[in-house]
Amino acid sequence: MRLETVKDLEKRRKQAIKNKESVPNTILVCGGTGCLASGSAAVADEFSKQLKKHGIDTKVQLQVKRTGCHGFCERGPIVTFVPSGILYQKVKPAHVEEIVEKTVKNGEIVKKLVYRDPSTKQYVEQYSEIPFYKHQTRIALRNTGQMDPTSIDDYLARGGFKGLAKALDMKPEAVLDEIEKSGLRGRGGGGFPTARKWRSAINAPGEKKYVICNGDGGAPGALMDRSIMEGDPFDVLEGMIIGAWAIGSDEGYIYVRQEYPLAVVHLRKAIETLREVGLLGRNILGSGLNFDITIARGGGAFVCGESSALMMSVAGKVGEPRAKYIHSTERGLYDLPTVLNNVETWVNVPVIIENGGERFAQCGTEKSKGTKVFALIGRVNNTGLVEVPMGVTLRDLIFNIGGGIQRNREFKAVQTGGPSGGCIPKELLDLPVDFDRLTEQGSMMGSGGMIVMDERTCMVDVARYFLNFLMEESCGKCVPCREGLRQLKGLYDRIVEGYGTMEDLKKIEWLAEDVRIASLCALGKSAPNPVLSTIRFFRDEYEEHINLKRCRAGVCKALTKLVIKDNCIACGKCIKVCATDAITGEKKKVHVLDQGKCIVCGSCVEICPVDAVQVEPASKAVEVPS
Amino acid sequence: MPEIIVDGRRLRCDEGETILDVCGRNKIKVPTLCYHEAVESWGGCRLCMVEISHPKWPGWKDWVTACLYPVRDGLVVGTGTPRVRRLRATVLDLLLARCPNSDVIRSLAAEYGIEETSYQPREDGDNCILCGLCVRVCAEVIGANAIGTAGRGTSKEISEPLKEPPADCIGCAACAYVCPTNVIMVLQSRTQRIIWDRSFDMVVCKQCGKSHITVAQRDWLVKRNDLPADYYDLCDECKRKVVANTQKNLASMKYPGEDDLFDIDYI
Repeated sequence: MRLETVKDLEKRRKQAIKNKESVPNTILVCGGTGCLASGSAAVADEFSKQLKKHGIDTKVQLQVKRTGCHGFCERGPIVTFVPSGILYQKVKPAHVEEIVEKTVKNGEIVKKLVYRDPSTKQYVEQYSEIPFYKHQTRIALRNTGQMDPTSIDDYLARGGFKGLAKALDMKPEAVLDEIEKSGLRGRGGGGFPTARKWRSAINAPGEKKYVICNGDGGAPGALMDRSIMEGDPFDVLEGMIIGAWAIGSDEGYIYVRQEYPLAVVHLRKAIETLREVGLLGRNILGSGLNFDITIARGGGAFVCGESSALMMSVAGKVGEPRAKYIHSTERGLYDLPTVLNNVETWVNVPVIIENGGERFAQCGTEKSKGTKVFALIGRVNNTGLVEVPMGVTLRDLIFNIGGGIQRNREFKAVQTGGPSGGCIPKELLDLPVDFDRLTEQGSMMGSGGMIVMDERTCMVDVARYFLNFLMEESCGKCVPCREGLRQLKGLYDRIVEGYGTMEDLKKIEWLAEDVRIASLCALGKSAPNPVLSTIRFFRDEYEEHINLKRCRAGVCKALTKLVIKDNCIACGKCIKVCATDAITGEKKKVHVLDQGKCIVCGSCVEICPVDAVQVEPASKAVEVPS
Repeated sequence: MPEIIVDGRRLRCDEGETILDVCGRNKIKVPTLCYHEAVESWGGCRLCMVEISHPKWPGWKDWVTACLYPVRDGLVVGTGTPRVRRLRATVLDLLLARCPNSDVIRSLAAEYGIEETSYQPREDGDNCILCGLCVRVCAEVIGANAIGTAGRGTSKEISEPLKEPPADCIGCAACAYVCPTNVIMVLQSRTQRIIWDRSFDMVVCKQCGKSHITVAQRDWLVKRNDLPADYYDLCDECKRKVVANTQKNLASMKYPGEDDLFDIDYI
């Protein structure tokens, strides 16, 4: 049924809430990509089957819903119960019958599926009490994991489109003022004030204006945008419709990469639904706003996350950036004024309008308002998506929410902002995380990737790894990025292979600085970040690689050898994982490692329960090929 | 009318001009490789970088490509500051590593004090610097879109579609003409031209017998611009001669008397 006015919308919302309340209990099975990969679809199917078998009516008593990502992908598949708030982790289809019999029927807890805090060894039944969730403030992720992402009624019942209804009742200028008051800054990485961006698009001449949502989310490991599109697509669309009202646009695009099939499906469904009910199309809710959104699918090039390259790609051209001396708010898609924001920015818009900009601005630091979603990954106990107020320290993020470093190893550095971010050392763990503070330290907010590294990480290798990624993802348009990154990679190769000289290090610093200034787009300009920040904070490691031919983390293969120490308990685990059969040994005898066969893959180091396999510097011939 | 200051000289400019436009008009030398006045500026080679600042924002400084940066009143431009020279030197150093055999790059690099590249030279390197001028001229000026780029980043190359002789090529050789490092091979005889692995028949001037345009280009232009079929029968030179002769004959003619004014033959 078409919703002609705000009254119709509220009527439908009332009905949706009533329907929801008529079924008192809900089981939410995470259907995010992480949990799907660990088998949540089978779990959900099994729930439906078992409930039927036990004669539980899913229409009156209990519903099973497949939701978006809960964020705690490490522990997936995640199953939560509403309203009791119980969370089960790592649920397999085989557990379902027990859950139905115990929890659903008798309200008992299945203890083996309950989260156990690794530091306190306590069982934590309640979703909200788990440290991973407890310290979070969820605004952008407010709906993901809590509702069926394909159901508009679920969204309405959770207060969806309240922001839109309010915005359409306001003058576009008033909407803009509200955004300005909120202090919202672009969550895609640059941190450009959203209100200023919108205003310059309004003032730009042009008979037509575009609204674009950047859902490329190409940074490896940074899955927040994907997760929001999959788990809360209506919210993204609502934000865009409000944006269209504010700047006077009638056409929008969502750029999603083809590798996010679930996001494409959910967004497409959401757009179709909104067209049916009249929230997209002509005269939305009787306001006179005509607006429609098209999905543009990207081929998965990292550079297409850069706004100008993205617009080229939407227009069907090769995804190469252009110089932005004239902003895309003046000359963007098809040379017309365009407002481009990323997914996370757009989902903040409805909340700001609904609750007012001032309330939003209460959260965060002086110049960075609101919250930010981070993808916490790497050598940290709890990996997943976390949303915290701006200004939270890195220590809080890594040790309270992330639960500390795996196997109680020593924390070494955290890389923020995706591949082109910088590495921040442990001395700066108390740095409050916001746009400006990270930039001051030679890193950046980026899209919110956060890779935690421990003592087993070699910083030279890390820089080389990201450099390699960026070199492969460089579009090749400008010389500094295309040729410069290739040469930088070559210089790094020399260092990790043991041929590096201090002259090479000097060359790296010199070239990285020039690539940073001379490159055309943000990819090239930020590509030297991992290089410069690791040299700045971990210069001693570089010098060790060069002067002593030693890699203290035991990562650079040419500079490392593995040895088995006498504390070996002869368990044989290392023999099993060794890919080249380099380890031999028998029961009750210290195992022996054949250096000739060993390829220093490190599998034995990882698996050894008593840390008997140790990393030692290999004597490397110190000769420099010309 | 905006005014900018380039290397201390106060220069008048028009709205919408770029820094390079202004420099070019005032004979201030800014090196370029991927720039050509026939096509839109691209900003790929980064050689025309200049330093900009503005008295309105003290302390602010940036390095931008002159070919793209639009002028604004009061802008202060430095075309030869130490940082600009350093950036250009690095770009040329990198290009010399890419194309160690290119004389054009070598002599440009020498102007910035680089005799040999300090980086790892590409062993199998041709002289293509991937400025994309050939592709852009083919698309923007000719409109044939016969060639393009393939791959990205370090494996990017100028390529015919599917690496086969380009079906849409009309053999005009505009790509070879604009190429700054002379990479595109054109083999030319009186009746034939070979370019991009395709051979094209030439149109031979009916007067002097020299070849001046490929048959495919003639057909393309005649069709696109709706020209008479015999428009290219004569080469440009002979056409000019014909026109000059006509003018000469006209000039030597007697001024028409009043009786002749309505004689249509005079016109």
